[in-house]
Amino acid sequence: MNEAPDLPLWAAVLVSLLVVAGAAITLIGSVGLVRLPDFYSRLHAPSLGATLGTGCILIGSMLCFGVLRDRLLIHEALIALFITITTPVTMMLLARASLYRDRVEGNRAAPEHDPEPTEP
Amino acid sequence: MIRRVLPHPFLFVALLVMWLMLNQSLAPGTFLFGALVAFGGSWAMVALDPPKARLRLSRLPPALRLAGRVLIDVFRSNLAVARIILGGTERRTHSGFMTLRLDLTDRYGLAVLAIIMTCTPGTQWVHYDPARGTLLLHVLDLVDEREWANLIKQRYETLLREIFE
Repeated sequence: MNEAPDLPLWAAVLVSLLVVAGAAITLIGSVGLVRLPDFYSRLHAPSLGATLGTGCILIGSMLCFGVLRDRLLIHEALIALFITITTPVTMMLLARASLYRDRVEGNRAAPEHDPEPTEP
Repeated sequence: MIRRVLPHPFLFVALLVMWLMLNQSLAPGTFLFGALVAFGGSWAMVALDPPKARLRLSRLPPALRLAGRVLIDVFRSNLAVARIILGGTERRTHSGFMTLRLDLTDRYGLAVLAIIMTCTPGTQWVHYDPARGTLLLHVLDLVDEREWANLIKQRYETLLREIFE
């Protein structure tokens, strides 16, 4: 069995708070997949986990390994970068595929034509 | 001359640094393999033939300002969307599509705007029409369309145009 890492109490509390907060936000995002009424609304839910959820967990991880001085904090930065630039690709693909399908099939979930531009 | 062998020197360096960071070592083997990966990557980029982007140091301050704004907005909209998800049924029925006329035309600027819009829970980039310069968005809390249009144009688009145009 692994020894628990030797974190000082304040760091242990902060790290656990951050990780639990990140997990909770990701969970709320997943609950959103069930609670939101239609496909386009559901697209908004997973980004909770991809932004603030991941962010909290990554900051917790940086704090933990920063205090332990085990290694440099580069992996977390790379994870944040890659998640930020790859998630939108999937989301946009899903949104556009759904829009295309709804328009071809004439579903009422999507507008047949783009609404008139809103002028600020 | 260097571009005959290395078509995208910046990309090469960036990929090599990324590889070394991922492996967290500077051993000659890692270095060599990283160089190989970076070399392949920069030649793959040639096939994609991206339009030229210029890096200018004078664009750093607006870029940092934009990054700060996005961080704040992502945090706030996370809380807002969480509240909608956990709130009553009525709160969840305000979603809808809206269109927005964009003055930003630079491809990289649009790409960054797409990332911002999609990463912020509550707004979803759906379709950009380059001929008309309009953007179709899906918004989870579409109560006042003008407010969203103002937010996107003033908070993001002005800075993006400063950075990319």
